[in-house]
Amino acid sequence: MGCSTDIFGTGLKGDLVVQEKKMMVQDFSFYYDSFQALKNINLDFRSNEIFTLFGPARSGKTTLLKSLNRLTDFIYGARHSGTILLDGKDIYDPKWNLTQLRRRVGIVFDLPTPLPMSIFDNVAYGPKLSGKTKTSLKNMVEKALRSAVLWEEVKDRLNTSALRLSGGQQQRLCIARVLALEPEVLLLDEPCSGLDPISTTSIEETLVQLKKEYTIILVPHNIQQASRVADRAGFFLNGELVEVGPAYQIFTGPKDRRTEDYITGRFG
Amino acid sequence: MRSNRLRYVTQSVAKILIWIAALSTIAVMILILFQILREGLPILRLSFFTQSPKSMGREGGILTPIIGTVALTVVAIIVATPLGVGTAVFLREYTRESRISRVIRFGTDCLAGVPSIIFGLFGFVFFVIYLNMGWSILSGGLTLAAMILPTIICTTEEAIKAIPYSFREVSYSLGGTKWQTVTRAILPNALPGIFTGIILSVGRSIGETAAIILTAGSSLVMPTSLFSPIRTMAVHFYILAREGISMEMAYGTGAALILLVLFVNTIANGLLNRYIRHRS
Repeated sequence: MGCSTDIFGTGLKGDLVVQEKKMMVQDFSFYYDSFQALKNINLDFRSNEIFTLFGPARSGKTTLLKSLNRLTDFIYGARHSGTILLDGKDIYDPKWNLTQLRRRVGIVFDLPTPLPMSIFDNVAYGPKLSGKTKTSLKNMVEKALRSAVLWEEVKDRLNTSALRLSGGQQQRLCIARVLALEPEVLLLDEPCSGLDPISTTSIEETLVQLKKEYTIILVPHNIQQASRVADRAGFFLNGELVEVGPAYQIFTGPKDRRTEDYITGRFG
Repeated sequence: MRSNRLRYVTQSVAKILIWIAALSTIAVMILILFQILREGLPILRLSFFTQSPKSMGREGGILTPIIGTVALTVVAIIVATPLGVGTAVFLREYTRESRISRVIRFGTDCLAGVPSIIFGLFGFVFFVIYLNMGWSILSGGLTLAAMILPTIICTTEEAIKAIPYSFREVSYSLGGTKWQTVTRAILPNALPGIFTGIILSVGRSIGETAAIILTAGSSLVMPTSLFSPIRTMAVHFYILAREGISMEMAYGTGAALILLVLFVNTIANGLLNRYIRHRS
């Protein structure tokens, strides 16, 4: 959404890209039985940005990610308070069509999770669910595989089992599988954790390409990755959002002592 | 040193015992097969399979009992598989551990332990008399279905339980509904396990006698519909031997029965292996 705006009331008019707030997390807390995994989170994710959620293990990053498309619904004994908005609409509203939500907000998990079927069928799994026809499927699968930088490697063996791919290829397949849904928001939970540096680089380049069309929320697998690709970042510690801001600021001059300690490697 | 020696002795004794266990299993199997096939194989001519029994089974072949066995088994499997798989899916995917799931599980466990003659009695009272189906393929098939239901539920549940949670998560995260997840991500992967349950059930159906005599009768007349009474191979064998009609023919039937079971198992294994290879 490009428009002319008065920047910070300075009277300075500039062609500033004001990004719309795609998803907003408001006063959100999350509990597993009695354990509070997220404490009163307030955060917004803007379209066409890569937002990274980083912090030590068990700090609530994955819980927040899974809350954003309500995969947490299946966890027995889990409950939440507060709301999450997608395009201004409460995703916990009972009137929401859950499958629609999950198509608009796609997720890639930390471990590659190919289903035991062919490469083609894996990528086509989502589109098939919504009743796409055979011919359109072919194009969608190719486009998704190209976007995930996997097409060249698998184009001649789309009908072999996805289980025969290497770990890195399987993870890119999972990204392709989500992209085939043509989601609006892309959630990535340490998508490069099992990958070699070359695959990691190609995935990071892919992400930067993809942010032109998507809102990307990434849990990076290390600080370096976060600083390489992020536009904005949020630091999580023990279920609290400690600090949030533009990535360069967070990674070079964090305001909070705890963020600084984490980034400089004093803990975590 | 002493403990090393002791460990060595324990190791050897364990190895010997395990070998004895395995060899005796094989020995028992071979003895049974040898006995039946030695007496039965000479009887097996093509005409034995293509002719109906004559004079109570003293002469002729076993065509009608073969048809009876196949018909009853097919009816039982067709009825029990959807019910059993449906119940297992319900228990695993549609409810959490709750009072209703415990009641169902307790019920199936009890059913699995009930002797077949009790199923026969139930089938006789309920299908044959109360529902007025008479001694028929349908009564017998439905009784067998009730008998094999617990096996199918149990093996299907185990198969579904073995499917990683991530498959469900992936399916839901790609916008799948519960039904789509069950039919596309869960059941195709549980199929080998479900198949095993069906094979076990086929074996039980083919071998059953008591419940069938009470519900399908022991007629040697060629059946014309699902409501015709029928005799199965196992029942035929039982009557031939029990009433001293013809031990020769009884062994022939026994041999044919064993070959049928081997045939079904081989085909099923072949299909299953092809399916598994295709997917991995």
